[in-house]
Amino acid sequence: MSELRFEQVTVRFGRGRTLTTAVDSLDLIVRPGTTHGLVGESGSGKSTVARVAVGLTKLDAGRILLDGVDITSRDPAARAARRRVQMVFQDPLSALDPRMSVGASIAEGLLATGRRHTSTQRDARVRELLDLVHIDPARADDRPVAFSGGQRQRITIARALAAEPEVLIADEITSALDVSVQGIVLNLLRELQQRLDLTMLFISHNLAVVRYVSDEVTVMRGGRVIEHGPTDSMLSDPTDPYTRELLRAVPVMGRPLDLEEA
Amino acid sequence: MQTRIPHFLRSPQGISASLGLLIVVLMTVLGPIIFGDLATERSIPDRQQGVSPEHLFGTDELGRDLFARVVVATRVSVLLTLGATGISVGAGIVLGVIAVLLPRFLQRIVAGLIDILLSFPWLLLALFFSVIWGTTAIGAMLAVGFAGIPVFARLTSTLSASVASSDYVRAAGILGSGALRTTARHIIPNILPPLLVNTAAHASVTLLSFAALSFLGLGVQAPEFDWGRLLNEGSKRIYVDPMAAIGPGIAIVFVGVVFALLGEVFSESSSRSLPPKAVRRRRSTDYVAPVTDATPTLEMTDLRVSFPGRDGKMVERVHGVSLSISPGETVGIVGESGSGKSVTAAAVAGLLGPEALVTSERLMFREIDMSAVPNGTERRRLGLEQAMIFQDPLTSLNPALTIGRQLREASEVHAKMSHHDSLRRAIDKLNLVRIPDAERRVGQLPHEFSGGMRQRAMIAMGLMGTPRLIIADEPTTALDVTVQRQVMQALRDAQNTTGAAILFISHDIALVSGFCDRIIVMRDGLVVEEIAADRLDEARHPYTRGLIACVPDMTTDRTAALPVIAVADEEPIPA
Repeated sequence: MSELRFEQVTVRFGRGRTLTTAVDSLDLIVRPGTTHGLVGESGSGKSTVARVAVGLTKLDAGRILLDGVDITSRDPAARAARRRVQMVFQDPLSALDPRMSVGASIAEGLLATGRRHTSTQRDARVRELLDLVHIDPARADDRPVAFSGGQRQRITIARALAAEPEVLIADEITSALDVSVQGIVLNLLRELQQRLDLTMLFISHNLAVVRYVSDEVTVMRGGRVIEHGPTDSMLSDPTDPYTRELLRAVPVMGRPLDLEEA
Repeated sequence: MQTRIPHFLRSPQGISASLGLLIVVLMTVLGPIIFGDLATERSIPDRQQGVSPEHLFGTDELGRDLFARVVVATRVSVLLTLGATGISVGAGIVLGVIAVLLPRFLQRIVAGLIDILLSFPWLLLALFFSVIWGTTAIGAMLAVGFAGIPVFARLTSTLSASVASSDYVRAAGILGSGALRTTARHIIPNILPPLLVNTAAHASVTLLSFAALSFLGLGVQAPEFDWGRLLNEGSKRIYVDPMAAIGPGIAIVFVGVVFALLGEVFSESSSRSLPPKAVRRRRSTDYVAPVTDATPTLEMTDLRVSFPGRDGKMVERVHGVSLSISPGETVGIVGESGSGKSVTAAAVAGLLGPEALVTSERLMFREIDMSAVPNGTERRRLGLEQAMIFQDPLTSLNPALTIGRQLREASEVHAKMSHHDSLRRAIDKLNLVRIPDAERRVGQLPHEFSGGMRQRAMIAMGLMGTPRLIIADEPTTALDVTVQRQVMQALRDAQNTTGAAILFISHDIALVSGFCDRIIVMRDGLVVEEIAADRLDEARHPYTRGLIACVPDMTTDRTAALPVIAVADEEPIPA
């Protein structure tokens, strides 16, 4: 089990007059074997946190440590460590190459392990992974078109797991899915986390979903951390007005929407 | 691939392209073998003859049979064309892909270079290269080939840039796939189909370029000959023996058309055939029944909507939905993707395109028959009394017109209001949906509004008339919860001031239950259950109950797995 630690991470986009600070001196600790929920509206910088952790975006200041190793530097040890952090994308339609069989896509994840696999080993591992995400291993040769949105999302999870990651970052992975399918993916994620002792950073704008999967929650706004704490205590007794507003805006089944001015 | 080949071979284009290709290949391979001697055999007595059964295209000044020469010239012409096309495409792809893989600033330099080269006419480049390599056939091939490189480099870099920014390429990068591997495995396979189409089109252009170069004496040199040279020789006596020039012309046009057809077939195999058109009934009378306070806002019985499927047959998506909305009522339709909820809403608004086949026993909006083509009066009433709000306000607002101009349109066109009055009204309505500083905002363009404000502007637009029904199709799906709350607030305000009924479509059953009086649950084009929003806990149908249970809320037990609706996740997404 590994720990992912963000230390004073700052990310800026643009320059001159268009300079915006997407993430502003963020401190965040994802404790080993737990799920850390990251909530915020669009533009709050939560997705940038995910991108910077896997190296898709460069940081302007600060460090990101995986078990004490800075994964943002360029040396080989950092590169290897960065492979231990994998990410699942929001849109399962664009996250899989339409011209590649799902088996080949999953096999791509094996690259990150740094070991050589014979084709028999590779096929066996792909089948094992498909089985892990509850998809019929016999369908490994099918193209992504043949699968539903939820199935595709499970395939991208399998691809990330093929890399044998210590930390899994899930960036809005259920927001493009139907609610009934969302349940399936969330259940799978919980099951996998327990089975594989994963450390997980779960990013979503949906407070109820974050609450369901997370042990700890961080609320972001404008690139800064607004509030942070264990899920239950923080959401039942938020101290920050923004968190309270966020909670108030979540629709509750069968209860008329609270549309009055605060 | 295996399933596509027979399909596109069956089409008229497919048949003609394969036949044409076969003829070109035969002429290229066998032409010189069969007609080689005939084409070079001189016969002074037969010189400069016209068309005759022995000499289909006549003979030249040395008495050689021109038909044989045209057939024999196929090999040189086609091979030079393929060679030049190969150079253009091959080097273009390499350069284009490199341009994408390079670091940002080198990328700019290469892209700039390509742009500069693109701005030179190909003929100028060809002349320039022919000076370097001399006026030989190979020199001409290199010249035409090099002249085509920037075209393909630009095409490739544009196509690869869009593939390179997709999530699967990012994922490959995170997994440690190197630039070369990613290019070979992801980028090339995904840009190949459009490249193939362009290659075929480019080949036919190259063929013409060659003919032109040889015609000008810059291409193939005697004693070698290609169609361009034959054309040149023939053109000198075009008034005496037109066939001497037309003959090679036919060959050039024929091969050019074959290449173009091939391109057509490549692109055709990915697109579908035209759907059959559904015709809306014309109304029999102009009579419209008077509308009273008791008239239902919407009456719909047995609505069925079909769309053309992939094979051209009609596929029914909505199977007999009935729905009635009373004045001022708020009705919600809940369903997942593919449930037919949006199609139903679009049918209510009369917004389905000509490809949709809509049938219903009754489809009345305040005594207007929505299943027939509306007359002028009805169209005006519809324009004022129905408001539609879509999921993505960015595509339903015109990006080039100010918000104010778009708001005023309904009042000015349908209610014949003056400019000043309509502007006043627009500002009023923007205030109503709580857009701050409405006087200034009314002159702004849609991109200056945030997502939530755009959606509220759409609601304000609906309020410009005298709406009796507001149809909102997933109006908050793309928005954050706090912004969603503001949009719902604006919708509620709109309803309170106008007394309009609302048809609210969403996948979020919690949101619908908090906003609507009555909920209609749809699945696979059927109404599964209809229930009052405050009696949701009494839902009978297992699907409704599943839908309620599977959404986590702020009180869900975090230690237990979420209940799952059986077979919810088996259907592939309809393309």
